[in-house]
Amino acid sequence: MKYEEAIERYDPVLGIEVHVELGTATKMFDAAPNSFGGGANENTTPVSLGLPGALPVVNEKGVEYAIRIGLALGCEIAQSCRFARKNYFYPDNPKNFQTSQFDEPIAANGGIDVELEDGQLVHVPIERAHMEEDAGKNTHVGGAGGRIHGADHSLVDYNRAGVPLVEIVTHPIEGTGRRAPEVAAAYVRTLRDIFKALGVSEAKMEQGNVRADINVSLRDSPDAPLGTRTETKNVNSFRSIERAVRFEIARQATLLAAGESILQETRHFHEDTGETSSGRVKSDADDYRYFPEPDLVPVEPAREWVEEIRASLPELPAARRRRLIGEWGITELEMRDVINAGLLDPVEETVKLGASPAAARKWWTGEVARRAKQDERDPEDLVSPAQIAELAGLVEAGRLNDKLARQVLDGTISGEGSPAEVMAARGLEIVQDDGALEAAVDQAIADNPDVVEKIRGGKQQAIGALIGPIMKATRGQADAGRARELILARLG
Amino acid sequence: MADLTRLSALDLAQGMAAGDYSSTEVTRAHLDRIAAVDERLNAFITVTADTALATAADVDRRRAAGEELPPLAGVPVTHKDLISTSGIPTTAGSRMLADFVPPYDATVYRKTQAAHMPLLGKTNLDEFAMGSTTEHSAFGRTLNPWDPARVPGGSSGGAAASVAAYEAPLSVGTDTGGSVRQPAAFTGTVGVKPTYGSVSRYGVIAMTSSMDQVGPVARTVADAAALHGVLAGHDRFDSTSLPEAVPDFTAAARAGAAAGLAGKRLGVIKQLQGEGWEPGVLAAFRAALDAAEAQGAEIVEVDLPALSYALDAYYLIMPSEVSSNLARYDGMRYGLRAEPESGTVTAETVMAATRAAGFGAEVKRRIILGTYALSAGYYDAYYGSAQKVRTLVQRDFARAFEAADALVSPTAPTTAYEFGAESADDPMALYLGDIATIPANLAGIPGMSLPAGLADGLPVGFQLLAPAREDARLYEVGAGLETALASAGAGPVLASAPEL
Repeated sequence: MKYEEAIERYDPVLGIEVHVELGTATKMFDAAPNSFGGGANENTTPVSLGLPGALPVVNEKGVEYAIRIGLALGCEIAQSCRFARKNYFYPDNPKNFQTSQFDEPIAANGGIDVELEDGQLVHVPIERAHMEEDAGKNTHVGGAGGRIHGADHSLVDYNRAGVPLVEIVTHPIEGTGRRAPEVAAAYVRTLRDIFKALGVSEAKMEQGNVRADINVSLRDSPDAPLGTRTETKNVNSFRSIERAVRFEIARQATLLAAGESILQETRHFHEDTGETSSGRVKSDADDYRYFPEPDLVPVEPAREWVEEIRASLPELPAARRRRLIGEWGITELEMRDVINAGLLDPVEETVKLGASPAAARKWWTGEVARRAKQDERDPEDLVSPAQIAELAGLVEAGRLNDKLARQVLDGTISGEGSPAEVMAARGLEIVQDDGALEAAVDQAIADNPDVVEKIRGGKQQAIGALIGPIMKATRGQADAGRARELILARLG
Repeated sequence: MADLTRLSALDLAQGMAAGDYSSTEVTRAHLDRIAAVDERLNAFITVTADTALATAADVDRRRAAGEELPPLAGVPVTHKDLISTSGIPTTAGSRMLADFVPPYDATVYRKTQAAHMPLLGKTNLDEFAMGSTTEHSAFGRTLNPWDPARVPGGSSGGAAASVAAYEAPLSVGTDTGGSVRQPAAFTGTVGVKPTYGSVSRYGVIAMTSSMDQVGPVARTVADAAALHGVLAGHDRFDSTSLPEAVPDFTAAARAGAAAGLAGKRLGVIKQLQGEGWEPGVLAAFRAALDAAEAQGAEIVEVDLPALSYALDAYYLIMPSEVSSNLARYDGMRYGLRAEPESGTVTAETVMAATRAAGFGAEVKRRIILGTYALSAGYYDAYYGSAQKVRTLVQRDFARAFEAADALVSPTAPTTAYEFGAESADDPMALYLGDIATIPANLAGIPGMSLPAGLADGLPVGFQLLAPAREDARLYEVGAGLETALASAGAGPVLASAPEL
């Protein structure tokens, strides 16, 4: 069944679990460095290897980051919460239990508004955010395509074992209708932006800093009870999330329409085909034998500390976007261009330093972005907001025109100095002295009697033919507007 | 020269400080004793003669150079073989870790090293500290120095036997439900379970995280106090470690020995006597109370009704935590790795084969019990209820300590029994032997067993319990009682032990 038909016939419900790796210096329960890469099993201690006798100690920074996330998602922060052991055997799980949180998460009962492409807001209710540790990584050697089937042997790297994670679990997201795929992607994108704004994670999807598990179920109508769900694991780009949800809705609808039932299971998404395939059958009878982690004491964040953290929260991306759209007087679409170019920070900074919003946007998304793309560099490595603000100021003051300003920018990017310095050194300032300009105007009038005749005859557009020679005579530094005024004055 | 193995740790420390003998001589004397008797006794899994002599030589050099040394410098010690010692095998008494050499030190081992105490070796134990007899060791059973046909108690049976047999003046054991106090009782030695959290568990192979506690075994109360002082203290690597400064336990013991028991209220626990308790044990206990009373102690009776559920609660919490703590032994990273005899070799089948081959029957029994108790649908009825009992036991203790300075009972219902007598077929009977010791672990309070005379020629243990964080009180009252018993002719008990 096609998606369009599926969505006509059924009401989709989403549930999304997002894991974010926190950017703390060390792991959640030991002093091993929390860093990407490095030789296999280099970033480990007896604790992250699960050696006999090793004991965990809670990383306070990890707790702080979890509280930041909880507050940003509008959650209540628990007065007291505990870690719990989630018991299961797997080689990448060094203790054969994961230290997580079960019935006492650090944050609960929140929600965020997610903005779709066309500006529509969708509320996503958040059940909880809890702290836990990541597992190691298995590599299967000798089989086809690195899969465990047919592998000769497997290697485990525990560098990632014990890396702090926060898992954010939504309540069922209902009422999205046909926009379910967009909502899923926009929700994860919004979380990603929040993590970055909070400074709690590098939040790079492609590095697995943010991982999403998407639950999808269908029901006949919004009044019907929830249907059986599938959980598609580790969908790692926004586009894949959208495709995976679309595919699952169509797949489940096909089964339901044929009178078959949905198997509760985990599924894997395949980038190449855009399809999901069956993973492990998952039932609610999965028994992790949770119990409170006896090696750790309860986490009891002081209320003053929580309030301090709340007060230090940065403005969140959605609020900031709304504010800047108002302040700058631009459209949603124009804002999206700035954001998609990754230039919101430097543009805002440039405006703060005195440039007009229009000029700041124009320079960053125009010439600077073009140069950055051409040189394969980060725009912010080429110039600073202060330099762009200075450049815009020179244009504003009439000391540079657009063309000259581009030359000045080129000089600044080449390391010749600030825009004012480049302008002076290269002698690019617009001629303000009417004396020199008047001489050039007089000369142009004398040299082009036929043009003068046309102008006098009422053909004002012929003035352009005089501007060229004037510009040439002043090496481009003439103010074209002023030159026009002078010509008209001379010719009555 | 006198036989150096017969001296107390504090006497040895004094003698070395006075230059009467060197640490090398003291250490050699103990190594010689081990060489002479341990083939029969089997108190040690590993003897670390070279390590011990190197530390001893270092102490002697430092002393000769006039360096100020900690009080127990040069006094040899042993560690139970589930305390991690880098470069030295640490087996937990299990086939699973028979060849395991840890790459890091437990905090308590680091502390005895920092105190310049030569390590004589690693002592035998019931596998992963699960047992009361030291029969459940993959390295053979340890004999009781009082009678080779009898168990030394457990799980710190090797620690207690080595001290009772003069192989070591001091031993470090662990006590989860009585594993230091009960073997101390069975061997006529002094054993202490400190307040939960007062001694670091970092590097100590976990059995039941919420109850495990490291404690000293010695031949006198003052010696135990001195070793306890070395072991205790906050450790940032153990989240359950208490922040308090360590009191001077040795001074408390000295004060108690000097002041006697005048005005001390000893609360006899009503629930820990009567039916099921050996008459000889109760008689020795009564006699000790009389001796205490003669020295001015006031004897009162206290009622702790929640104790009737303590054993049940313990045998739910302990296996639950065991099932999780022992999950890591799977052949993937270290220790034994076994492959299935038939079928496919996968991570899962290797884990299963490893655990089938590596763990003994008692360990498996507890893993299975704990896995069941934590299962979905049973958690509230079992683990949840047991935690509630724990709270009730704590409340009963708090109330009882309003009426008494220390609570007292026999340490165990019996004296050391013969091998095979009970344990083979009836784990329940064996578990009942922990009835007097378990409540302290459930409540996190400190307890001591000290020898209080004999019953049919075997030592009887007298247990003292104090409120949490009042470990010093155990040494004060314990030393007073030790003195009272000596005056009454019921001590020192070890003087009556037969020669090996």
